[in-house]
Amino acid sequence: MPSKIAQIRLVGSHFEVYEPCDDSFALVDALLADLTNLLEHKPKLCMEVGCGSGYVITSLALMLGQVACGTYYIATDINPYAVKVTSETLEAHGVHAELITTDIASGLEKRLTGLVDVMVVNPPYVPTPEEEVGCDGIASAWAGGENGRSVIDKILPMADKLLSDRGWLYMVTLTANNPSEICLQMREKGYASRIVVQRSTEEESLHVIKFWRDSDRLLEASETGTVNKIVPTRVIESLLSHFPGISLRRSGNSKSS
Amino acid sequence: MRLLTHNMLSSNIKGVTNGFPLLIEAEKVLEKPVDFNPDFLRNMFPKIDWKALVGAAKAVGYGELPDAADSAMLDSDDFLRHLHHALLQLHLEEGALVCPETGRRFPVNKGIPNMLLHEDEV
Ligand SMILES: C[S@@+](CC[C@H](N)C(=O)[O-])C[C@H]1O[C@@H](n2cnc3c(N)ncnc32)[C@H](O)[C@@H]1O
Repeated sequence: MPSKIAQIRLVGSHFEVYEPCDDSFALVDALLADLTNLLEHKPKLCMEVGCGSGYVITSLALMLGQVACGTYYIATDINPYAVKVTSETLEAHGVHAELITTDIASGLEKRLTGLVDVMVVNPPYVPTPEEEVGCDGIASAWAGGENGRSVIDKILPMADKLLSDRGWLYMVTLTANNPSEICLQMREKGYASRIVVQRSTEEESLHVIKFWRDSDRLLEASETGTVNKIVPTRVIESLLSHFPGISLRRSGNSKSS
Repeated sequence: MRLLTHNMLSSNIKGVTNGFPLLIEAEKVLEKPVDFNPDFLRNMFPKIDWKALVGAAKAVGYGELPDAADSAMLDSDDFLRHLHHALLQLHLEEGALVCPETGRRFPVNKGIPNMLLHEDEV
């Protein structure tokens, strides 16, 4: 099956909306790299937080198919112009996602809890003064506050809440965000993780990390008859070794949640 | 906005305890055809708040859903067709969602609800 992604010439634009950039391409490349797994996963509900131009959610919808394939899409952005441009991009590609202008997933946290099978996020991750975070205009597309973590640190607990038992999260991070620490924090909440795409440009080094609940992993292992509780630990260690120059802050033995 | 999405949204204003379902003020409703997928509907059915869906459907002028539903009805093609139409094909294009507790209106323009809060509501 040829896997289509959104075409740049059909992506809408607006001077206050983030244009698809290296980070957007890295995220879509990560989804393509994991496409076989995604198709097998058959997510019922996919969600993007911070959809910007709509390049990523449109690509995901093209890759996985719509209601006919059993998948429903929701995308949010705090910038009303971005949500509008996303709707144009979706329409230009003949696909549909439900759009909501909101802060992360505010308004959805009650009824969408535990229902999201795939979440994709390319957050504002650039280290900036805290005042720039969430301000009006295009700056809020990248302004991430201290270590670029302000918005990421709000998204992660929400992702944990909304993701289903078999939920997967794909998120773009910058080295300055301290991705290994993010992985350890997520591990404490019961998630395993791996780098799907790693990319260095002149200005930045990006990682697209996939997170999934450990129980999922144990299940996978039990299917192949190799249940081994040590596995996630080893995975995280090999993962950490991929991030250069990172101090290992170990958090004791794996907790069973 | 589809009614399935409406079924997932609640008022996010600080201090509101009873923010679901949001009432619908409909100014413009669209119907857009969607491929019929009974499995999708069967999967979604347990997650739906039925009363909220019936209310939302009525608010956009669709009265074909029974007041109560249980999973046995998912064997009926008729029921599935109505559910399909209500959940996926009806779109609130222009109007508002109203917080049942405070009366605060969240506008819906071009099918997109705006749930952003004012500073004193967060
Ligand atoms: C780096 S851009 C990514 C845009 C698009 N997903 C892409 O990959 O090209 C980050 C997006 O997140 C949005 N955003 C920033 N803070 C947000 C928040 N608190 N809630 C929802 N979206 C937010 C911005 O408006 C912007 O569109």
